[in-house]
Amino acid sequence: MSDKITIDPIPLTSTHGGHATAGCDGCAVHNAGALLKLGVDMQNWDYVVALAGNPNTGKSTVFNALTGLRQHTGNWPGKTVARAEGGFVYSDKRYKLVDLPGTYSLLATSLDEEIARDFILFGQPDVTIIVVDATRLERNLNLVLQTLEITDRAVVCLNLMDEARRHKLQVDDRRLARDLGVPVVPTAARQGEGLADLLQAVHQVATGEVVCKPYRMQKEPKAIKGALDRLVAQLTTAFPGLPNARWVALRLLDGDESIVQAVRTGELGQLIVGTPDLASREPTQHQMSRQPVTEQMEMAA
Amino acid sequence: MTVDITTQRLTGGIAPRPTPNGAAVNADSILASVDAFRREMTTDIHEEWVEAVYGEASRLAERSVTRPDQKARFDLDRTIDRLVTSRWLGFPIMLALFTFVLWLTIAGANIPSAMLADLLLGTVHPWLKGIAAAIGLPWWLDGFLIDGIYLGTAWVVSVMLPPMAIFFPMFTLLEDLGYLPRVAFNLDAIFRKAGAHGKQSMSMMMGFGCNAAGVIATRIIDSPRERLIAIITNNFALCNGRWPTQILIATIFIGGLVPAQWAGLISASAVVGIALLGVLLTFVVSWALSRTVLKGEVSTFSLELPPYRPPRIWQTIYTSLIDRTIYVLWRAIVFAAPAGAAIWLTANIPVGDISLAEWLINGMNPFGLLLGLNGVILLAYIVAIPANEIVIPTILMLTVLTTGMVDAGAGKGVMFELDSLNATAALFSAGGWTLLTAVNLMLFSLMHNPCSTTIYTIYKETGSAKWTALASLMPVVMGFVVTFTVAQVWRLFA
Repeated sequence: MSDKITIDPIPLTSTHGGHATAGCDGCAVHNAGALLKLGVDMQNWDYVVALAGNPNTGKSTVFNALTGLRQHTGNWPGKTVARAEGGFVYSDKRYKLVDLPGTYSLLATSLDEEIARDFILFGQPDVTIIVVDATRLERNLNLVLQTLEITDRAVVCLNLMDEARRHKLQVDDRRLARDLGVPVVPTAARQGEGLADLLQAVHQVATGEVVCKPYRMQKEPKAIKGALDRLVAQLTTAFPGLPNARWVALRLLDGDESIVQAVRTGELGQLIVGTPDLASREPTQHQMSRQPVTEQMEMAA
Repeated sequence: MTVDITTQRLTGGIAPRPTPNGAAVNADSILASVDAFRREMTTDIHEEWVEAVYGEASRLAERSVTRPDQKARFDLDRTIDRLVTSRWLGFPIMLALFTFVLWLTIAGANIPSAMLADLLLGTVHPWLKGIAAAIGLPWWLDGFLIDGIYLGTAWVVSVMLPPMAIFFPMFTLLEDLGYLPRVAFNLDAIFRKAGAHGKQSMSMMMGFGCNAAGVIATRIIDSPRERLIAIITNNFALCNGRWPTQILIATIFIGGLVPAQWAGLISASAVVGIALLGVLLTFVVSWALSRTVLKGEVSTFSLELPPYRPPRIWQTIYTSLIDRTIYVLWRAIVFAAPAGAAIWLTANIPVGDISLAEWLINGMNPFGLLLGLNGVILLAYIVAIPANEIVIPTILMLTVLTTGMVDAGAGKGVMFELDSLNATAALFSAGGWTLLTAVNLMLFSLMHNPCSTTIYTIYKETGSAKWTALASLMPVVMGFVVTFTVAQVWRLFA
């Protein structure tokens, strides 16, 4: 794999997602050289970045390109079996990148989904990159919308643009960015295309240069609107400033056990923006890792 | 700086964090009202919410995607898919591809294996012996280090490295191409009927390369119950270390039954037959487990058939060499070195006026004969627990020891492999081998305990001594039962 990231030939594309940049410092061409791949060395990071996405969208390729690690990438849905972590330095900031298992949703119906969901929710990454397959946008947006319900610091990596071009498919990334309210960066990670823009967008969201206003779904089932409203009120009283109270309420009504647990233990309070303490940033073993299989059996029993 | 997607952060860090106590007090009332609401609820909000998400996703995608020529888009992919997952052609294509990969592995590995053996055993070994003699190393230290540890390790490297260096990249290429999900799709129905997970077909495929790798590959299965089934039955996928045993024994004993022009085909079919028997056992044992100790629902899984993508060949070869081949080989070497030492020691430690090895063989012979095997084979399988690759060299060495054909061997406790098949055949007949011994050895090679690398991997993956013990002991018990039955039936009719 080449150590250089291919820079999009047209500098203007660095404004993907609609954010204009000022001067050389903000230009992707200027900053592309600032990427330093750290491999597994991720001591003293400044920001934690989670890498989410459907299976088989090239998450691992993006992960490898940014960290310089060579995690095997295969055309095999679900092949990232364990959470992989790596590090990189960009614009003098140290980033820890966490490759989450590929999932189609975050409803925590399977262990993979639970790992991914819990990390985004309780791990509170500074930025969540959602890698989507540009050729299968509709299906991939399901995950994007669900992720945006949970976190408001996200960048959509519109990957496999090369495949999309091959199939003569046009994806309007600017419109998508406006609709979703988060930066959308078209990439072809296998060719290293667009990664400089991706880094730029991640950096801007992490540092707060760009503040996202994620699209939140308004349509909740009418039958439960009353219950939902009352629950949201209760939640915001108990946890003032909870950023995603409506989503939490919905999950509670759906009987989501790990959310119920988070309410019971008060862990939910950690989700409030502005109270990042480093001790709680690293989620507990229970949420993070794939446990030995028999322990899961006991948990399931 | 203008940022058009900017607005204020919704909650902007104003709120103080609640005290844990305060949260706990409120938590109870929240959970109480959740329970109350859930009891009143008449609609399935899960379903409705998922539907809403799908609707929104579809609406948003519609807004930003333009597809000029929708009709012709995935036609090629779809045609291939229809072919490789078809009811009639799916399995034959699978079997053909599988046979081709294995044939290439077996045939392609021969030459590099011979070259490596020539280098490590034919050149480096005498050279090391020469150095040892020159610096006056005592015979026992020289024997222990060079004939024991070095030879054991060198054997594993020369027998294992070439097939793994061919099999793993080939397998990875198929994986990158996108074929494996189709295999899982084909096998899903059978595995589901067996009460297991469709993805088990993938870990089984990996097991044909190496059971330790296959056990790790079961991580793709979410359900702990189904994952345990996949782990326990992975041993029935004939691994690389066992192919040499199968091929050699089939060539000498089964190929020898028919005229020379048919020998190759017949012995190859015998080996494929054993491999297929392993697949059958995988289904049968999965079925039995899912109806006894691992009862439970079969979990559904949605398997996306990904588009076929041209694999990046060099990178695939590189990563599969690093990730799989070297990794698995290293672990095998770590276990093979002490095994080489153990073989040398058993052959050179005297018990009374015979060696420990002979004493053990004599002790196990009655039980071995009852199974249609012999004491040499049983001892070889105990010695070869660290790595199946050293079964054949160990058997040869121990046979020489017991038949007294000392001129054929290289010395007490030295692992070697005879150059010509004829010499090997002569040695076997001197050791009292029959066709029954050969057939049962092939069966026992399929059904015996996993190698220690795999056992260790199973323990690491399950975290449970109980399941590790079951996975290790069940196949060997099955092996005893099957070989015993075959031997009794055989003797009844022969």
